[in-house]
Amino acid sequence: MLQDKDRIFTNLYGFEDWTLEGAKKRGNWDGTKDIIARGHDAIIDEIKKSGLRGRGGAGFATGLKWSFMPKEVKDRPHYLVVNADESEPGTCKDRDIMRNDPHTLVEGCLIASFAMRAHTCYIYIRGEFIRERERLQAAIDQAYEAKLIGRNNIHGWDFDCYVHHGAGAYICGEETALLESLEGKKGQPRLKPPFPANAGVWGCPTTVNNVETIAMVPTILRRGASWFASFGRPNNTGTKVFCISGHVNKPCNVEEEMSIPLKELIERHAGGVRGGWDNLMAVIPGGSSMPVLSKEQADTMLMDFDSLAAVKSGLGTAAVIVMDKSTDIIKAFARLAYFYKHESCGQCTPCREGCGWMWRVLTRMQKGNAKVEEIDLLYEVTKQIEGHTICAFGEGASWPVQGFIRHFRPEIERRIAAHHGRDAMPMQEAAE
Amino acid sequence: MATRKLIINGKEVEADESITLLQACEQAGAEIPRFCYHERLSVAGNCRMCLVEWVGAPKPQPSCALQVKDIFPNKDGTPAKINTNSPVARKAREGVMEFLLINHPLDCPICDQGGECDLQDQALYYGRANFHRFVENKRAVEDKYMGPLIKTIMTRCIQCTRCVRFATEVAGVPDLGATGRGEDMEITTYLEKAFASELSGNVVDLCPVGALTSKPYAFNARPWELRKTLSIDVMDAQGCNIRVDTRGPQVLRILPRTNDDVNEEWISDKTRHACDGLVRQRLDKPYVRKNGKLRPASWAEAFAAIAARVKATKPEGMAAIVGDLAAAEEIKALKDLMLSLGAANLECRQDGARIGGAPRQGYLLNTTIRGLDSADVLLLIGSNPRWEAPVLNARIRKAWLNSSLRVANIGTPYDLTYPVEQLGGADALSAIAGGTHPFANVLKNAKRPMLILGPGALARPDGAAILNVAAKIAGDTGMIGPAGTAAEGGWIGFNVLHTAASRVAALDLGFIHGRDMAGILDGAQRGEIDFVYLLGADEFDMNKLGKAFVVYQGTHGDAGAHRADVILPGAAYTEKDGLYANFEGRVQAAERATFPPGEGKEDWAILRALSEVLGRKLPYDDRDALRRAIIADAPHFAKLGEVPAHQGADLSVWTNIGKAGPIDARLPLASPIADFYLTNPIARASATMAECSRIFVGGQSRMAAE
Repeated sequence: MLQDKDRIFTNLYGFEDWTLEGAKKRGNWDGTKDIIARGHDAIIDEIKKSGLRGRGGAGFATGLKWSFMPKEVKDRPHYLVVNADESEPGTCKDRDIMRNDPHTLVEGCLIASFAMRAHTCYIYIRGEFIRERERLQAAIDQAYEAKLIGRNNIHGWDFDCYVHHGAGAYICGEETALLESLEGKKGQPRLKPPFPANAGVWGCPTTVNNVETIAMVPTILRRGASWFASFGRPNNTGTKVFCISGHVNKPCNVEEEMSIPLKELIERHAGGVRGGWDNLMAVIPGGSSMPVLSKEQADTMLMDFDSLAAVKSGLGTAAVIVMDKSTDIIKAFARLAYFYKHESCGQCTPCREGCGWMWRVLTRMQKGNAKVEEIDLLYEVTKQIEGHTICAFGEGASWPVQGFIRHFRPEIERRIAAHHGRDAMPMQEAAE
Repeated sequence: MATRKLIINGKEVEADESITLLQACEQAGAEIPRFCYHERLSVAGNCRMCLVEWVGAPKPQPSCALQVKDIFPNKDGTPAKINTNSPVARKAREGVMEFLLINHPLDCPICDQGGECDLQDQALYYGRANFHRFVENKRAVEDKYMGPLIKTIMTRCIQCTRCVRFATEVAGVPDLGATGRGEDMEITTYLEKAFASELSGNVVDLCPVGALTSKPYAFNARPWELRKTLSIDVMDAQGCNIRVDTRGPQVLRILPRTNDDVNEEWISDKTRHACDGLVRQRLDKPYVRKNGKLRPASWAEAFAAIAARVKATKPEGMAAIVGDLAAAEEIKALKDLMLSLGAANLECRQDGARIGGAPRQGYLLNTTIRGLDSADVLLLIGSNPRWEAPVLNARIRKAWLNSSLRVANIGTPYDLTYPVEQLGGADALSAIAGGTHPFANVLKNAKRPMLILGPGALARPDGAAILNVAAKIAGDTGMIGPAGTAAEGGWIGFNVLHTAASRVAALDLGFIHGRDMAGILDGAQRGEIDFVYLLGADEFDMNKLGKAFVVYQGTHGDAGAHRADVILPGAAYTEKDGLYANFEGRVQAAERATFPPGEGKEDWAILRALSEVLGRKLPYDDRDALRRAIIADAPHFAKLGEVPAHQGADLSVWTNIGKAGPIDARLPLASPIADFYLTNPIARASATMAECSRIFVGGQSRMAAE
């Protein structure tokens, strides 16, 4: 279990003062100048050594991502963009960081921008986060006032930080759609290549990082890569904020070691599954886009990138959604399919047309108004979406359905049989 | 040019790094289906139909969006393997096709795109033919209002966004866009406003399905019923390459043909939609005015009436005016006939433009349309290219987009869809010529400067002086560069923009003789000119013809026919084989698509027949002999489709263009076109053009609430 002294987010619950004064007491903004004095490449190397992987869902090695930025600033300025468009169902970690510990993020922005030779950082915050935006803006204003950031600040690296308020579209959490939206266009993902490190916002080299990733950077640099790497298993190092929701006794956000067993995480921090562990039906381990785990998998699962990937799921944003046996699991996934149908940007064909199809089939299955063959059809539709789209939304929409079919096919078949026992499937009418 | 080795379908090919994988696959002989990709638009990569397998990549790749330079070799150094027909690629494409079809209506039997629909064709080859497994309800989308030319059935839309990209990039009018998200995404104009571009009709060609179809052509014909004839447009002087689709005696629609040197694959709405004017207001039999009223007559009576009048007229009292739509054949025949009668006054510049005569470069768009792509500074003088030559304007916009062409304007400012620096009126022109204007240095420092003199600058009393000053500016600022085309390193930046399709051919054939336009009208009012032969000339004030005897040979009951004493029904541009020289001096041949209505005849044949009645038999009995005579006069008419190469800097030529004189700074340098949609008799007879004029020029756009 992670000890209090090793927590990065020491005010995750907002029990203490969030302002600059309070943040400084908890160690933020301590020795920032010395960190910057280490130089651009030393910081990137340290992050590489720490093994920090992106906390936004994909788990890409942060240090490596930073090293893709050009080593020299030429005719185009560099930008850091922080993805605070936290919209993944079940996920609420960035929200608490910005609400209660905003200075970790602001300091992280300065250091990360310096490491990548950027003088400007945009924080793209989700449209629904009104109070969080106000809090974050207040923290930035405090930092400006204290000359921690801004022109001619005490750290010797000119740095401007802007908060950009989105309009609440899930797709704008995709990094290139976020850049489009930031530029004032319709939030639709861009084709890659070119990657943002080459041509990002306004065609300039850009790195897009998650809030949690950036907010962890100052502490990692202060305490050293080896400290950070001492948590978790190799390749899955560090601490992570887990968001536990659903049928648990005490839903919560908690910062824990990576690779903590799922059962321990739920029982120790969330008060256990409602009705006891044996009442567990399924767990979505990493936000709604990650394939669901059956109880058998959940029994022994370690919460990190590699062990979840080994069972065809993923850590994602580490938003643990617990479902006990009272759940109508088909309805739950039909609702998730509705979310993806609603949030698909509509740019490319498979996702635009396929998400609606999945939702419609699942809605019928919820009542059992389907044929058994349609389970395979549904699975095939997910396979036709996955890997054929411009961005990862296609995967995000199909994986939950795939995981659902993998584990709960008998339940669907039972529902269909029950429905047909009462009345046979009605014929489709020609006019439909 | 760097190249890279690829193995496409097992065949090793060497592909240019700058092209896309889709193009490389096509070069290797593999067909790649696509919907959103279009060579002349930006890459969207959203239809996902062109997915191919890159062996080793985790997922199929969109070939339209990948450049060859992005395709790195395998780890062992062997070239990357691309498969366009492997199970992975086939599955991807069948899946996409299925997705496209699930929400596409099965209304092909009543869809105007049927028979020329990309979705229909590709579904045949790439769809899953044997089963259908989508049992949900299909999506329905409300139709949008996009103006009088574009009919929308938005349920058929597959969201490829070609139309949006065309509007934004080529037309430069960002009126189209997408609203909504996911399967609710809809293509629309903002606030139900018409798509206000002169090039709007092109989105109908671009639309790969039947979502955007031609409103005037709706439910008229199936493509397989149509006879397709290759022709040349006469609505402006650009000579856009067109295809005329006819069924029986009627022209049903006009489509562009691809010609990168002239119109790429765009045409203006007037070119496309004025064709309904070909069946309205037509002159289909000869008329002779008796007792003040025009009465139908036979050809013999009409010719006799002309002969009687000619006999009674002195040669100095005769004048002939060529209209804007005439082909070279009738211009030559009319010139030969009038000269044989001794007639002294020939004119082809109805608008009174002060141009013509040697050297030929003095009245051409010498830079050429293709050369424009490499210009870096452009000075417009008294021109509104958006209305005078919309496709050329799109080309200027393209140069601005691709190479940051700097455009400046002298004269009335217009919205040209790209930024234009406004330098002032005619006094700015004199200042640039004198070197006192700062823009003179901009021109001098440019690598490839050019200027375009529009009709607004030349059709003024001091037009010759403006021409002279412009030629001087061209000579002084390095616009007259080395010989050859722009691609070969040559450069010539002096250009005249014409609006009349007949103008360059008429000037080439020397149809300026004796009195000029003002002189002829003056003479007619004073009674010195008492016989005027109008070859389709309608664009001047007929009241100024005084009491002269007027013969009108033409196609439509327009201004000239109303004034005429004898009417000879001729053939419109779709009804005759003709040669046209566009404003670059490029001679192109149009083929006959239909026959003139009623007793109408081909124009040169009318003149040939008339010449016999007048006792001055023209020395050609068929079209070939006539064309030989044209080529004898102007040898470049033998080189179809070519533009004479720039011969290099002979600056002495450039000092003799126009006539030095005072320039009146108070006169406006404004384009003479008051209404883009109504510039010639065919367009004025067209109901579609009238509707466009009412909406786009008259400002009576439909309100959102309607």
